[in-house]
Amino acid sequence: MPSRTIPTGADVTRDVFSVYTVCATIWLVFATLIGVLLSLKFAYPDFASHTSWLTFGRLRPIHTNDTFYGWASIGLVGLAYYIAARSSRTELYSGRLAWLGLALFNVAAIAGTITLGMGINDGTLEYREWWWPIRLVFLAALIVSAWNLLATVARRDTEDIYLSNWYTIGGVLWTCIIAIVAILPWYQHGLGQVAVSGYYMHNAVGLWFTPLALGVLYYAIPKLFSRPIYSYALGVFAFWTNLVFYPIIGSHHFLFSPLPWWLQTTAIVFSVAMLVPVWGGSANFLLTMRGQPERLSRSPAMFVLVGVLGYLFGSTQGTFEAFRSLQEIWHLTNYTVGHSHLTMYGFISFVIWGGVYGLLPRATKKAPDSLLMGIHFWMATVGIVIYVGALSIGGTVQGLDWIHGLPFIQSVTDMAPFWLWRAVGGSLMFLSHLVFAWNVWDMTYARGHVNLEAPRAVEAA
Amino acid sequence: MSKLTLIAGGSTLVYAVLAVLMGVLPGMVLSRTKPGPGVMPLTPLQREGRDVFVANGCSYCHTQQVRPLAEDAVFGRPSSAGDYAYETPELLGSERNGPDLTNIGVRQPSEVWQYMHLYNPRSVVPQSIMPDFSFLFEVVAKAPAGVTPLAIPKPYAPEHGVVIPTRKAQALVAYLLSRKQATIPGYSPPATAPSGTAAAAAAATSSATAAGKASFDAAAGARLFAANCQSCHQASGEGIPGVFPPLKGDPVETAADPTEQISIILHGLEGKTIGGVAYPGQMPAFAAQLGDDEIADIIGHERTSWGNNAPLATAAQVAAERAKPAH
Repeated sequence: MPSRTIPTGADVTRDVFSVYTVCATIWLVFATLIGVLLSLKFAYPDFASHTSWLTFGRLRPIHTNDTFYGWASIGLVGLAYYIAARSSRTELYSGRLAWLGLALFNVAAIAGTITLGMGINDGTLEYREWWWPIRLVFLAALIVSAWNLLATVARRDTEDIYLSNWYTIGGVLWTCIIAIVAILPWYQHGLGQVAVSGYYMHNAVGLWFTPLALGVLYYAIPKLFSRPIYSYALGVFAFWTNLVFYPIIGSHHFLFSPLPWWLQTTAIVFSVAMLVPVWGGSANFLLTMRGQPERLSRSPAMFVLVGVLGYLFGSTQGTFEAFRSLQEIWHLTNYTVGHSHLTMYGFISFVIWGGVYGLLPRATKKAPDSLLMGIHFWMATVGIVIYVGALSIGGTVQGLDWIHGLPFIQSVTDMAPFWLWRAVGGSLMFLSHLVFAWNVWDMTYARGHVNLEAPRAVEAA
Repeated sequence: MSKLTLIAGGSTLVYAVLAVLMGVLPGMVLSRTKPGPGVMPLTPLQREGRDVFVANGCSYCHTQQVRPLAEDAVFGRPSSAGDYAYETPELLGSERNGPDLTNIGVRQPSEVWQYMHLYNPRSVVPQSIMPDFSFLFEVVAKAPAGVTPLAIPKPYAPEHGVVIPTRKAQALVAYLLSRKQATIPGYSPPATAPSGTAAAAAAATSSATAAGKASFDAAAGARLFAANCQSCHQASGEGIPGVFPPLKGDPVETAADPTEQISIILHGLEGKTIGGVAYPGQMPAFAAQLGDDEIADIIGHERTSWGNNAPLATAAQVAAERAKPAH
């Protein structure tokens, strides 16, 4: 078992942060390559289609699960480790536990990818498609990560526990519960399983990726802007309101379904309540960044700014989508796909990039090329704007076609140009990830590049 | 208690309570939902087909939930809780890149069509973007005894040999054809806005008929034809040779008396030989899905398109035919 005697120096924390980032990046490139392939199938349905493992219905869950559990999960846990150690003025509790966790994350994602390709899908229940034993491996990775984060913060050299760690440790622990609830079968028959799906699919996003990404923001923004967070108390308030409101909103994925009407209405009410932590958190970040536009230029802060705006707009959009009147138009259309990309990409992915560009060079003392960072930023930003714009407009057209009682196939032909634009946006996003991968290499294992200016000595808290 | 225990333990406890309240408890209660009247478990073959449906991710583009909204009425009556008693894993879905399948066994009961559509969706619906499932079929030199090969139109057929379904394709089609909503005793669908306007149009039509001149709503006829008839008889009205009969120049479609045409649309058709060709498919009955005026509009479209030029039918004639005892 892991021992508490760790070699002194920053090496373990740095190495863990580096290797987690490298693994996450490999998953990002793979999962989004699949995404591009999927987007092309909308325009060219006969493209790469005669083979069972290349069929749309098998590749789609590979794209979503590898994005979630390969890219975002591994990337965020790597950041969480670094932030836990640095904000606690200590080193990571156990390198071995971190490596074990990383191995489990990767084994789960590799096994999940292969089995989904073979057509082993645990019921096409979104984001829990992996066969359940594979999800147990992922759960083990979560438990290992929670243990390591807790033990790191427990031996902190500071009086307070910095806010970032509230979010990251909370997120990992809550997600252990989500994973268990999703796996146990006794209350998941027929309509009962629909209720669990509604709960699961939103909690797996909002109590896993959201708190970890917010944890990164609470640490990275003060670092990048050299000033403490605007209001620590507001951050604590957002933490508790997020925790209490978020678990209740899941059923808004099943409005107008045979789920009990009170469950649907409760979900709508709390979807509105979510504006409190979302606007509170966003205001806190934006007020911390205010008045320092010079810090944005050619800086990882650009990614952080887009990430905060993605959080603000994506989550607010989510609240509006939960209204019955708007669901009548947008539910079941491609609008929803635009929303999920605005949040998972415009918010979560940009925050990870901001965190990696902002913090990894502090760990490795190797800075990326600022031109290449800029190319990554602009391709990803333009790409996601085209992507979300196309699907939002197209999804609205689709919904109105249905409301106007046109033959169903009309809504398919009307989507054609929007699906093409989506593929254009998606391709730009994918290409930007190749640039990111190069930059990650530059920040970790490339030789040369020891040109980082000394980190500014300003504490996060 | 330490700060860390308070924050981590406290928040986790709060979350655990909420997870039980919002996830586990509703799951427990709703798992006990009784099957609705007439809702039956699947047969072993249909069950196998459902597994094929899941393995290939069909529900990423096809929902199985009809919402109590006017726009969803084309897919059937609103789904009720009792419909899902045997539905584990649940396949409600979240996106409709393709149509809802709750009632596909009623809307498209033809096995022949389902096989062709799975082998290559564009062979029957040219605009379709559905993936082909040709990997569920085999190409053989000659079909074994007792197996009917698929009648694939030229551009989509393999160069040599014939196409026959594998067991997986057979099971999948069995599952799809099992997708029929059970009738809820005493339930009648509320009048929806589109049929309300159609009723007004029908009133106008019948007064026109009284004046001795039948007419129909051409726009509605074209739209209804596209939604209900086109996937077999094709937009060209030419059908698919040997599989789905043409409407262009067909004797029933061009007869002066539309009664037989009305009857076929109301009650469906199977096993008829037309012009010396025995058609294997099954045409669904539309009596339960289309109103009198809607059927009159479809007939109007068919009798005035593709060079057809025959007397129209009125909603009153459809109503009269509907009132006759079923054959």
